Amino acid sequence: MSALYLLIGIGLLLASGFLLTFLWSVKTGQFDDDYTPSVRILFEDEEPGTSKEPE
Amino acid sequence: MEVTSRTGTAPLELDEFAYDNKIVRNFAFATVIWGGVGMLVGLLAAFQLAYPDLNFDLPYTTFGRIRPLHTNAVIFAFVGNGFFTGLYYAAPRVLKTPMYSKLLGQVHFWGWQAIIVAAAITLPLGITSSKEYAELEWPIDIAIAIVWLVGTCNLIMTMIHRRTKHIYAAVWFFIASYVTVALLHVVNNLEIPISFTKSYSIYAGVQDALVQWWYGHNAVAFVLTTPYLGLMYYFLPKAANRPIYSYRLSIVHFWSLIFIYIWAGPHHLLYTALPDWAQSLGTAFSIMLLAPSWGGMINGLMTLRGAWDKVRDDVVLKFMVVAVTAYGMATFEGPMLSLKNVSAIAHYTDWIVAHVHVGALGWNGFLTFGMLYWLFPRLYNRPLYSPKLANFHFWIATLGILFYAIPMYWAGWVQSAMWKEFTEDGFLKYPNFLETVTQLIPYYILRGVGGTLYLIGWATMIYNLFKTAQAGKLKAEDRAQAPSLATLQHQEAGEYWHRRWFERKPVLLTVMSLVVVAIGGIVEMIPTFMVSSNIPTISSVKPYTPLELQGRDLYIREGCYTCHSQMIRPFRDEIERYGEYSKAGEFIYDFPFQWGSKRTGPDLHRIGGKYPDSWHYNHMEDPTSMSPGSIMPRYPWLLDDDLDTSNTRAKINAMRILGVPYEKGFENEANENLMAQAAIIVESLGDAGIKTRPDKEIVALIAYLQRLGTDIKAEIR
Repeated sequence: MSALYLLIGIGLLLASGFLLTFLWSVKTGQFDDDYTPSVRILFEDEEPGTSKEPE
Repeated sequence: MEVTSRTGTAPLELDEFAYDNKIVRNFAFATVIWGGVGMLVGLLAAFQLAYPDLNFDLPYTTFGRIRPLHTNAVIFAFVGNGFFTGLYYAAPRVLKTPMYSKLLGQVHFWGWQAIIVAAAITLPLGITSSKEYAELEWPIDIAIAIVWLVGTCNLIMTMIHRRTKHIYAAVWFFIASYVTVALLHVVNNLEIPISFTKSYSIYAGVQDALVQWWYGHNAVAFVLTTPYLGLMYYFLPKAANRPIYSYRLSIVHFWSLIFIYIWAGPHHLLYTALPDWAQSLGTAFSIMLLAPSWGGMINGLMTLRGAWDKVRDDVVLKFMVVAVTAYGMATFEGPMLSLKNVSAIAHYTDWIVAHVHVGALGWNGFLTFGMLYWLFPRLYNRPLYSPKLANFHFWIATLGILFYAIPMYWAGWVQSAMWKEFTEDGFLKYPNFLETVTQLIPYYILRGVGGTLYLIGWATMIYNLFKTAQAGKLKAEDRAQAPSLATLQHQEAGEYWHRRWFERKPVLLTVMSLVVVAIGGIVEMIPTFMVSSNIPTISSVKPYTPLELQGRDLYIREGCYTCHSQMIRPFRDEIERYGEYSKAGEFIYDFPFQWGSKRTGPDLHRIGGKYPDSWHYNHMEDPTSMSPGSIMPRYPWLLDDDLDTSNTRAKINAMRILGVPYEKGFENEANENLMAQAAIIVESLGDAGIKTRPDKEIVALIAYLQRLGTDIKAEIR
């Protein structure tokens, strides 16, 4: 059943990749603000000239 | 922490740029067109089960070749293009930068469509690896890997050039999908080619089954689920014009979802010859999946709290609400089906078909429709041609799902109950498998009606979108402006390039190095590593003879696995019906495995020696001659066509590379051996009054069928 070890290995590799990305994202403040991003996407469509959000 | 521009002293520099809408339009068209093709093919397959004449006695249109065409078209052509449509619209807007490269976008778009066309040609021709949802042969597999990486690079580079520090949740879902699918695809499709159109999986039997369903389940997870959750996180708040219920929940459920999903695959193999602990592991993770899955559903539905009056009026929201609800139902049902006692009932039946279609028609279909109805008026700067017609689409498609799902659930329960029922004397109540099939025909017809309703809805959508596009003019790009990230970072800290390098490059570095290292390592090391593990465990299990091997490849070509399993579970009724339950050691020469996942027809693992050769000959010519009322298609071409023996040598050599112990030099006499065995079968057919020649395909297929499951019979007796 060496395929199991292969899949576990790849699974762990993938998981550690996710973990690194997760740690990176926490460290760089991706999740510091857990409210504004949800609102901000609602204001993105307005073309220059009509927008009041110089964000 | 977010944006410090307002507090900075330097003047705010605004970049002007534009989002490309053409690529979005192209992917949207592809979604609509391929979706229709995929569903039409599905409809044909559905009615073939009720009216076998619809197989048209042509190899290209038989169920075994049509079914993979349907599944691949819906998963990769419809949902795949739907994902890319949404991604190319949403990702640049939340990252505040155009997609990194128009050229990469073009390569991605045309490459993906070319792959779909290649699939639509090769699958009906019987060019298949027979691994579900990964049927495409190796040259197309390579093309998929390349085009997929092109798409991945385009997104990663866009992320690096973003003008906002924060990466919105939708993009997290997109990138996780990209990276994971790349890995899954490569690992599952490692094959040894013997020609441009034929290859053998490097894994055999149990190992192949495990790798395949690790892939199969994650294809569901990372093609049908996470990309569409990304779409939900963008298009649902946009359509409702309110923020997602809980951004915090989106973060928590994203990370838990992707960590848990990759371990759930073995739940497709409960009660098979897979080691029990691996089955239990799969079950445990599948149960855990309920929490993050419902996190997504709750987040979607709760976004509409206090806005349900909008849902009443807005057809886009209607579609999305049903989509998210269907997602919730399917992800509740999934963990339940992963319980071993539930799987014992549901596996191999139409229950599973119902389950996946709630997901595909409800979640993927409806979210796509909602997204398209929202997108087209914006792309063409025109209100939707007819909201009324879209409303009609919504209701008829909802009705279609009900007409599809309810009969299929019912059919699953009915058939499973009939398989398992014993009389008071201890005999099977329905010993003839066919009885449990003909019972289902009315349900199959109703299911086809459901599919038809759904397709009528789809046709009205094409008309509606076309009229919308016709009335307006494509807005080729949307202008936008945003402070450049350099300005932001400059204001944030004195340190400049190195800080930026460390902050931005790790995304690229971790992700790309992960992919590249993994692919390189896999391709180099695994084949040898797998071969050494294929040690015979049951001494009476011998390699296939050349004729049987050729017959096996015909079995693969005709897609027999789409209706017949080769895996007898250790249940009283299955042992009574089919014979001794299947053992892992019996499959060590099966490259690829043929366990199947659905029993529209009976299991074939112990079919060898059960009937005379002549029975199989007549049965393949016309199944109803041997089994009146059978819904199996006729295979007249197998009786007429000559077996291609020019590749026998290459096949034997490939098998030897994979570790099959053929004697040295056997490839040179393989065809002699083949003809000798064929002559014996022709003789036995002759005794039954059937005249044929040893070089016909049917002879090879009979040789394979008569061999199936016989190796350990002697030992058991």
